[in-house]
Amino acid sequence: MKRLIFLLILLCLFLSSSLLWAAGTPPRPGELFPDLSLPIPKNPKEKAYLGLTGDGSFTLVQVKTQVVIIEIFSMYCPYCQKEAPLINELYRAIEEDPGLKGKIKVLGIGVGNSSFEVGIFKKNYSIPFPLFADEDLIFHQTLGGVRTPYFVAVKLDKDKTIRVIFSELGSIHKAKPFLQKITKLAELQ
Amino acid sequence: MAGKKTGRLLGALILLALIGTPFKAFGLSEAYQGNIFSVGILKPKDSHLKVKIGDRAPDFTLPAVSGGKITLNHYQGKKNVVLSFVPAAWTPVCSDQWPGYNIVQGLFLEHEAVLLGITVDNLPTLFAWTNQMGKLWFPVLSDFWPHGLVADRYGVLRSDGTAERALIIIDKKGIIRYIDVHDINKRPRLETLVRELEKLEK
Repeated sequence: MKRLIFLLILLCLFLSSSLLWAAGTPPRPGELFPDLSLPIPKNPKEKAYLGLTGDGSFTLVQVKTQVVIIEIFSMYCPYCQKEAPLINELYRAIEEDPGLKGKIKVLGIGVGNSSFEVGIFKKNYSIPFPLFADEDLIFHQTLGGVRTPYFVAVKLDKDKTIRVIFSELGSIHKAKPFLQKITKLAELQ
Repeated sequence: MAGKKTGRLLGALILLALIGTPFKAFGLSEAYQGNIFSVGILKPKDSHLKVKIGDRAPDFTLPAVSGGKITLNHYQGKKNVVLSFVPAAWTPVCSDQWPGYNIVQGLFLEHEAVLLGITVDNLPTLFAWTNQMGKLWFPVLSDFWPHGLVADRYGVLRSDGTAERALIIIDKKGIIRYIDVHDINKRPRLETLVRELEKLEK
């Protein structure tokens, strides 16, 4: 009987610690970033934007770029809704700059959102860059369950490593200064 | 006897493990700046429905945060009505539900539906809480006094005085067409609601 209780306590400790481990921590600049696997977008424009072909899934290192800015959002989050036009502006600022176009790509991950909900967010704010649904919070947990909106910028190195160059909670405030900051951190210019 | 004891102990330990699990998925918007009260994992449902599909929806009049009062029957013959009961202001999942509805006014208009958000909180609390969501296009009603009267009339008042997370669709004739008393710990998917609204027109 006592042994059984002891075993049960052990089991519980094991379960709770494994939950903690699975949760991950927010990414920090300088650290390696997990090579997230995402579904290849069906939309040909988005596919071309990411430099992908075919169907199935892709990982970050396959994206044809040097830097990826990842927006962690939720359709249900009021600040993410407010932020949406600003991120569109950021996207346009990159695309309109011949020195940056093709070197920095933007994508969004809707945490706890279904594909339908991500689609609503995309349509509502006319978001031109690809958004992905993370309904089961798999990425969200990998990223330490950060609050939203959260921005991570990563640099894809030639040796296929992905390094975090920026990781912050909250608004980017202004598109152009933010872009300058990322450009500098990525040593693109 | 020993078996019973072990069973109880096991139950208690599992409960402890669950309570200890941080509630990570909801109320994470920066808009609330750490003001969301952590409720842990709650009993999924804690009430007994007093209405069913096909019933005439019990009428009510409740005060709205924006001022004035809203009476359900006034929509009869004009609009379909979606009642969205949420448990309480400043709690994780609820804080994440209405802001989503706030950007899909078009979907409701398309199906000639109005949305009424209802909680058992008082008006000042609802005012402060919903202000964090941005400007809401739909009325938010306070079922505070007599406490939870409307929630109780529909059978969605929980034993602790909060409401269930429930979606009820009432058609233009005033008849209940859909009821979802959702697991209080989870947010209903938007597409389910949209699909139910689509059914109304058939």
